Amino acid sequence: MREAQPGFQYATLVQQEQAAQLGMWTFLATEVLFFGGLILAYCVYRYGYASDFAAASRHTEIVIGTLNTAILLTSSFLVAWAAALVKVGFDRLVAGLLTGAALLGLIFLGLKGYEYREEYREHLVPAVNFAFEAAHARGAALFFMLYFVLTGLHGLHVAIGVVVLLAIARQASGGAYGTRYHSPVTVAGLYWHFVDLVWIFLFALIYLPGRSLA
Amino acid sequence: MTWYPPRMVALSWGTLLALLALTVLLAYQPLGSFNTVIALAIATVKALIVAAIFMELRERGGLMIAFAAAGFFWLAILLWLAGTDFLTRPQFPPPASLQ
Repeated sequence: MREAQPGFQYATLVQQEQAAQLGMWTFLATEVLFFGGLILAYCVYRYGYASDFAAASRHTEIVIGTLNTAILLTSSFLVAWAAALVKVGFDRLVAGLLTGAALLGLIFLGLKGYEYREEYREHLVPAVNFAFEAAHARGAALFFMLYFVLTGLHGLHVAIGVVVLLAIARQASGGAYGTRYHSPVTVAGLYWHFVDLVWIFLFALIYLPGRSLA
Repeated sequence: MTWYPPRMVALSWGTLLALLALTVLLAYQPLGSFNTVIALAIATVKALIVAAIFMELRERGGLMIAFAAAGFFWLAILLWLAGTDFLTRPQFPPPASLQ
């Protein structure tokens, strides 16, 4: 492996990695507010249409939602494992763990797609074929509007993360990272864990409300 | 040097899955408005585990933690100010005649 050198503007590789991590956290702060604005909209309408939101939430697929949460948590675990191993070698195992995390991301997207198809069949897609019991229709339409925007944007983030993880897994298998230089793994890991973190809250807001009323 | 995952990372994974099972189980118990409080509290604990262990914030200095907290700090202001608006309106949502 060629000995890694810091970029010309950095004194050391450690300083370069810290700068890269601060940059990713800054980007993630914009992401917090990006999803935060939508979650605020959700909170406002859930406050205004509480019973409609509870009725609408009961129509989401909780089994798939729970399974998908476990899948994302597990993929995050694999990335955290890879980030620990890359600092002590184990190139091929790191590449394998990152590829495994990316595959779990793809399974997540597949299940999400299946969920969307079920919702289309049940006439739950606003502006396309929405039909709901009249008493709750107004708030339920708002719920599903927010549902598709939030999960759609989150799914886009998962898709981008899958591409990034696969690219870094490829680099790792070629021996690009080691004890001294490994910041692409930890920085991409921060992004992937954040996507997981967003989903943790989306799961609580989308799938869980109104379950005890059924 | 060993290939298996660090103990804290593996423990966190197990804890996260256990919390997921717990939150689903509790969502089906009729607890009134506490259902929402519990769901969000468990989500927050899960998020803190991810941030502290998986994102390695517990090993980072004050500067990195300040950068990580900044987004959530502004989000709290957003939710707080918007909340004072909507929670203090005499009528929300507006009546159907105005919609």
